[in-house]
Amino acid sequence: MQLVRAHVLVCGGTSCTSSGSKQVQEVFQKELEKHKLEQEVKIVETGCHGFCEMGPLVIIYPEGTFYVRVTPEDVPELVEEHLLKGRIVNRLLYKAPVTEEQIPTYKEIAFYRKQLRVALRNCGSINPENIQEYIARGGYEGLEKVLFEMSPEDVIAEVKRSGLRGRGGGGFPTGLKWEFCRRSPGDLKYLICNADEGDPGAFMDRSVLEGDPHSVIEGMTIAAYGIGCREGYIYVRAEYPLAIKRLKIAIAQAEELGLLGENILGSGFSFDLHIKEGAGAFVCGEETALMASIEGRRGMPRVRPPFPAQRGLWDKPSNINNVETYANVSVIILRGADWFAGMGTEKSKGTKVFALTGKINNTGLVEVPMGITLREIIFEIGGGIVGDKQFKGVQIGGPSGGCIPVELIDTPIDYESLIAAGAMMGSGGLVVMDETTCMVDLARFFLNFTQSESCGKCTPCREGTKRMLEILTRICEGKGVPEDIDTLERLGRVIKGTALCGLGNTAPNPVLSTLRYFRHEYEAHIMDKRCPAHACSALLVFTIDEEKCIGCGRCLKACPVGAISGAKKEPHKIDPEKCIKCGTCFEKCRQNAILRL
Amino acid sequence: MCECGCTQPAEDVQKERELETLFESWRGVKGSLIPILQGAQAIYGYLPREVLLQIARETGIPPSRVFGVATFYAQFHLSPRGRNIVRVCLGTACHVRGGARIFERVQQELEIGNNETTPDLRFTLETVACLGCCGLSPVIMVNDDTHGRLAPDKLKDILVNYQ
Ligand SMILES: Cc1cc2nc3c(=O)[nH]c(=O)nc-3n(C[C@H](O)[C@H](O)[C@H](O)COP(=O)(O)O)c2cc1C
Ligand code: SF4
Ligand code: SF4
Ligand code: SF4
Ligand code: FES
Ligand code: FES
Repeated sequence: MQLVRAHVLVCGGTSCTSSGSKQVQEVFQKELEKHKLEQEVKIVETGCHGFCEMGPLVIIYPEGTFYVRVTPEDVPELVEEHLLKGRIVNRLLYKAPVTEEQIPTYKEIAFYRKQLRVALRNCGSINPENIQEYIARGGYEGLEKVLFEMSPEDVIAEVKRSGLRGRGGGGFPTGLKWEFCRRSPGDLKYLICNADEGDPGAFMDRSVLEGDPHSVIEGMTIAAYGIGCREGYIYVRAEYPLAIKRLKIAIAQAEELGLLGENILGSGFSFDLHIKEGAGAFVCGEETALMASIEGRRGMPRVRPPFPAQRGLWDKPSNINNVETYANVSVIILRGADWFAGMGTEKSKGTKVFALTGKINNTGLVEVPMGITLREIIFEIGGGIVGDKQFKGVQIGGPSGGCIPVELIDTPIDYESLIAAGAMMGSGGLVVMDETTCMVDLARFFLNFTQSESCGKCTPCREGTKRMLEILTRICEGKGVPEDIDTLERLGRVIKGTALCGLGNTAPNPVLSTLRYFRHEYEAHIMDKRCPAHACSALLVFTIDEEKCIGCGRCLKACPVGAISGAKKEPHKIDPEKCIKCGTCFEKCRQNAILRL
Repeated sequence: MCECGCTQPAEDVQKERELETLFESWRGVKGSLIPILQGAQAIYGYLPREVLLQIARETGIPPSRVFGVATFYAQFHLSPRGRNIVRVCLGTACHVRGGARIFERVQQELEIGNNETTPDLRFTLETVACLGCCGLSPVIMVNDDTHGRLAPDKLKDILVNYQ
C-alpha cells in the first residue's frame, strides 16, 4: 500500500450528501491536484458518523481534526491552512452548545465521548465500498475463525453465552433463536436479515448498511454456518437506495474474494445472499409478513406458531434477525462472548444504537452501553434541550413504544426497565420533547401512522385503531368529552390483547403511556379546551393586547389571510373569524403584544 | 414511428422491449412478482392496467393476485404520476420539528393535496414516514434530492428548480 501522510475523511452518508458533501469531495480533489498533494493526501468517502446535523463532516487524520458544516467554498482554505501549513481552521471546528468552546477532535466532543461503538465500529472510519478497508480492520477474521476452528454448535454456544438479544425490537435471545432453527428438521433452511426499518424516525440500520455493509454480510454468513443455511435474503426498505447500492457492491466484492458464495475460503461451506427490495409497507417489518413479501405475496402477518424457525420462508425453517443484531456477531466471535457480556447489564448485554432526535442540541446516531441512563444520553451525549425550553420527556421505541416523563429520566436503558416504564426498546428511535410538544398530539401522530399502516387482516387492529384515532382527533380539536379517556383505555387494552400481530398489539402503547404519565394534558384538552403546549391549533386563540401594541404593522403584513387590521400607530386587531391560527403574527411581533391562549 | 411501419410510437416499442427483457431475467425465479412489478414501474413510471394483465399472463399468476399485490404496497402506482415527485417527510423527528407546516405550505404552493398530481403533470405530492435524515429535519425529497433544515419560506425557491 502506498504511504500517505494524511487522510481526509469526507462523510458520504445520506444526510451529509444532501447537505452537499459530494461537492466538498470534488473540490478537495481539485485543490489537492492544484497543490500537487494527491500523492500525499488521500480522500476517503465514508458512511455516516452519526452527527448528521453538523454535516457535511470532514475529519482530517492523523490529527483527527473534526470539521463541521463544511461547504465547497471552505475547502481551499482547509487545504492551504490545514494540509499545507498545518494550522487548524478554527472557524470550522465544532462548538460546544452551551460553553461555545471550540473542540478540535472527535474524541473530545461530548457527543462521542460517552459512546461505545460496537455495531458502528467501522461506520464513518472506512470506505464502505472497499472491502480491503473492512478487512484491514479485522473484517472477515471472525468468519475465518468460525469456518476453520469452530463447529456450528460452538458458534451457537458462543453467541448464547454472549447474551446477545435481538435488536429489532423484541429482544429475543439470538443464540437461542439460532438453536431452534438449527434443530428444526429439514435440509433446506433460509437466513433472513430484516432491514425494513419501518419506525418513522429512526435510521440505525440504514447507517450500518451504508457505512459498514460487510459487517452485516459477515454476521449473516457466520449465522448461516451455525444454523446450516445455504441461502439468505436481505430485505431492505425501498426508501434506502444508497444502502441497496452499497450492499450490492459489498456482496459482489465478497464473492470475488471467495468470502461469500460457493465453497467459502475453500472450507466446503457455501452461502448465497440475495437482496430483496421492500415495496413500502410498514407491516412488512413483521417477520411473517416479511416472508410473505419475499415470496411475492401481499405482506400480511399470519398466526404464530408455527414460528419461522419451524416453518418460515417457503415453508422451510428460517431464521430472521435485525441488521444491528447481525452487525454484532463477528466481533463477538473474534473478541469472545465474555468480552461482549462484560458490557451492559445483567440481562441486557452489549450496546444499543439509538437515533436521537427532537428538541435536542446534538441530534444524530449514538451507540451506548446498555444500562446507561436516559439522563446521560440526553444531557451529556445529546447536549441538552434546544434553547431555554423545559424538558418534558422522551418517546422511545417509535409507534410501538411509549413516553417516559422527566421524573423517570434516571431509568436505565435495558429491555426490562423500559417495559416496566410502559415503553419498549423498539428499534431504537429516541425522540426528545420539550414543553412545546403536545402529548395528545404526539399520541395521535403515532396512532395515525399505525392506523394507516394496519394491514386490515384482523378486526381489533383495523377497526379499533380507527376508533381510537377518531377520539384523539376529536380531543385535539377541542371536541373531547370526559368519557373519552376511559374509552381510550378500554379500547387500548382490548386491541393489545386481541390483535393478531405486533403492529396491533403495540399500537395503543403511545396512547396508554401518555395517559399514564400525562393524563393532565388530556384533561386540559377535554375539560378546559386548552392545549398546555400551545400546539393544537384548533384550541388556540390569538388576540392583541391593546396596551402593548404600538401599531407597527409587522403582524398585519405577515398574516397570510389578512385577519389583522388597524391604522398605523394605533392598536391592531385580529378578526377571529378569519384567523387560521398559523402563529406567524405571534412570532413577528417584537412588543410581545400578541397573546396566544 | 416504429420501423415495421405500424403506427406505434418508437418509444412504446422500446418500452415493450424492456419489459420483455425484464420477464426474461426473472423467468423461473421464485418470488419474482414484486421485483417484476418494481421493474415494470421503473419502465412506465406507473403500472398501467394492460401491463398488469401482461404480467399475469407471462408469470401465470392469476390477475387477481397481481392486482392484489400491486394495490397492497404503497410503492406501486396504478395511475400516471408527475414528472417530479415531491415527498414530504412526516416522520417523528420531522413532526416534532414542524413537518406539518412544511406540508401545508407545499400543498399551497402546488395547489394539490396528498397523493395528487398537478394537471400539467409537473408534480406529484406524497408523504413519507422518515427519509432517514432526521438530523436535518424537517426534510423533503424531490425526486432523488433531499432538502433538509427547511422552513416554509424556503420551499418556493426549491420547487422552481424542478420543471
Ligand atoms: C409491525 C412490526 C414491524 C417491525 N419492523 C421491524 C423492522 O423494521 N426491523 C426489524 O428488525 N424488526 C422489525 N420487527 C420485528 C420483527 O418481527 C422480528 O422480531 C425481528 O426482525 C427479529 O430480529 P431480532 O431477533 O434480531 O430482533 C417488526 C415487528 C412488527 C410487529
Ligand atoms: S394486528 Fe393489524 S397489522 Fe397485524 S395482522 Fe392484525 S390488522 Fe394486520
Ligand atoms: S406586530 Fe405587535 S406591536 Fe406591531 S402592530 Fe402587530 S401586535 Fe402591534
Ligand atoms: S395567527 Fe396567523 S392567521 Fe391568525 S392573525 Fe396571526 S398571522 Fe393571521
Ligand atoms: S450522514 Fe454524515 S454524519 Fe450522518
Ligand atoms: S423523520 Fe423525517 S427524516 Fe426522519
